[in-house]
Amino acid sequence: MEIAFYLSALVAVLATLRVVTGTHPVHALLYLIVSLIAVAMVFFALGAPFAGALEIIVYAGAIMVLFVFVVMMLNLGDSAVAQERAWLSPRVWRGPAILAAVLLVVMIVTLFGGNQDGVIRGDTLMAKEVGTLLFGPYLVVVELAAMLLLAALVAASHLGRSEAHDEADLARERQREQSDAGAAVPRPAPQETPLAAPRPATADSTNRSQEGRT
Amino acid sequence: MNWWTPQVAATLIAMLQAVVILLAVVLAGALLSMFERRLLALWQDRYGPNRVGPLGLFQIVADMLKIFFKEDWIPPFADRTFFVLAPAIAMASLLLSFMVIPITPGWGVADLNIGILFFFAMAGINVYAVLFAGWASGNKYALLGALRASAQTLSYEVFMGLALMGIVAMTGSFNMRDIVNSQENLWFIVPQFFGFCTFVIAGIAVTHRHPFDQPEAEQELADGYHIEYSGMKWGMFFVGEYIGIVLISALLVTLFLGGWHGPLLPPIVWFLLKTAFFVVLFVLLRAALPRPRYDKVMSFGWKVCLPLTLVNLLITGAMILLIDPAA
Repeated sequence: MEIAFYLSALVAVLATLRVVTGTHPVHALLYLIVSLIAVAMVFFALGAPFAGALEIIVYAGAIMVLFVFVVMMLNLGDSAVAQERAWLSPRVWRGPAILAAVLLVVMIVTLFGGNQDGVIRGDTLMAKEVGTLLFGPYLVVVELAAMLLLAALVAASHLGRSEAHDEADLARERQREQSDAGAAVPRPAPQETPLAAPRPATADSTNRSQEGRT
Repeated sequence: MNWWTPQVAATLIAMLQAVVILLAVVLAGALLSMFERRLLALWQDRYGPNRVGPLGLFQIVADMLKIFFKEDWIPPFADRTFFVLAPAIAMASLLLSFMVIPITPGWGVADLNIGILFFFAMAGINVYAVLFAGWASGNKYALLGALRASAQTLSYEVFMGLALMGIVAMTGSFNMRDIVNSQENLWFIVPQFFGFCTFVIAGIAVTHRHPFDQPEAEQELADGYHIEYSGMKWGMFFVGEYIGIVLISALLVTLFLGGWHGPLLPPIVWFLLKTAFFVVLFVLLRAALPRPRYDKVMSFGWKVCLPLTLVNLLITGAMILLIDPAA
């Protein structure tokens, strides 16, 4: 298990480095996918196959697909590669690298100074334990996440509704009704709106009388 | 002979089983192309390929020879890495999924506790094959096909997962062997009929089979994502599609039709018979149905199938709580 852990961790680190240093956007995304799969392997090695499988399904199988989808649509050419290369100058990455190095030192000190036993054990955590935890002590967090996702879903659905499409639909419907009316009643009454025209005269009158009653 | 322990023997037998299953699946995938053409011809009242060998059985050999010796051309405007990688992903991810399918009580490659999730993971990886192929080809039709395919696959994978959660709730396990064992008395197609319907639809959509083959619609996209492919790379997409059919059929049998369970005949015969039934059904669908418009396919998935699976899951959960609240 330890060998599997260290191998997949190494792959994850190397692939992530290539994501940062790579100049071709789509190639960088491929490295990111490899990195995510390697992280899933880390989960498997640590005895959490459920989390590992979900990592591949959700991150590699859904989120990254959308990333790749969008980047492919951008039609990035050689100019994007040149720009990436310009962004990789030492002046740009020096600051973040120093900050990240400080964090790395802090983490190493914590790892060696703390009282963790530091051994990878082969305990396997199955879906049942995860579910019991999620819907037991962490129920509020799950509910909050669900609400957040619902809000995002509603917002995306609203933004994705194209008004042009709706209007085109409406116009087509109006036209169809008009042509229907043209076939049934040769000349619609001039004071009526085109939408009200297709109604036969009898239905029209009953509607009006009902409206009058209410 | 001190190295010949029972453990070594068990390992060797398991490896042998894995190789036999792999070869059988690849062979079935290759043979299906001929089988499908003959069946289509039968239903459309014509002959189909009947010249090479008895009943046209050697047509597949001729096709394979042709595919192997065709020029393996990579367009100069293509992205070489991705262009070569895509067909490999297409075939490998589907072949790996066969790992979790229990064929008979004694046969099967891996007894994974997360069997169903492993299949979903592989189905998720499989999307990249089409996406990379379409993008790397540097062709507008291919890109359009890839975009259609990824949007369609993502949408249908959402409720493909939800369709199976009713089974998981009833069995209490993601393990395929447990699922088959719990169907000894009643196949899950009866209590999970809506799950079955939606899973069939999602399965066809995920393998881009007719009537969900908008990603490669000949009339609009001139074959979509594999338009620039030739030779064996195209062959891998082609065989990969048939392997997808066999995979979805085998999954349907395992999850909904009791796997190897059945009276009189030995388990392997039952498994093969049921799988063959679904394969023929897939071919019949292709022969019988027209191709719907792309936006209809998407709205059908999101507005009909997804609510249906959610209601199915809700009712399943309620029934489980009603019948057996302790579990």
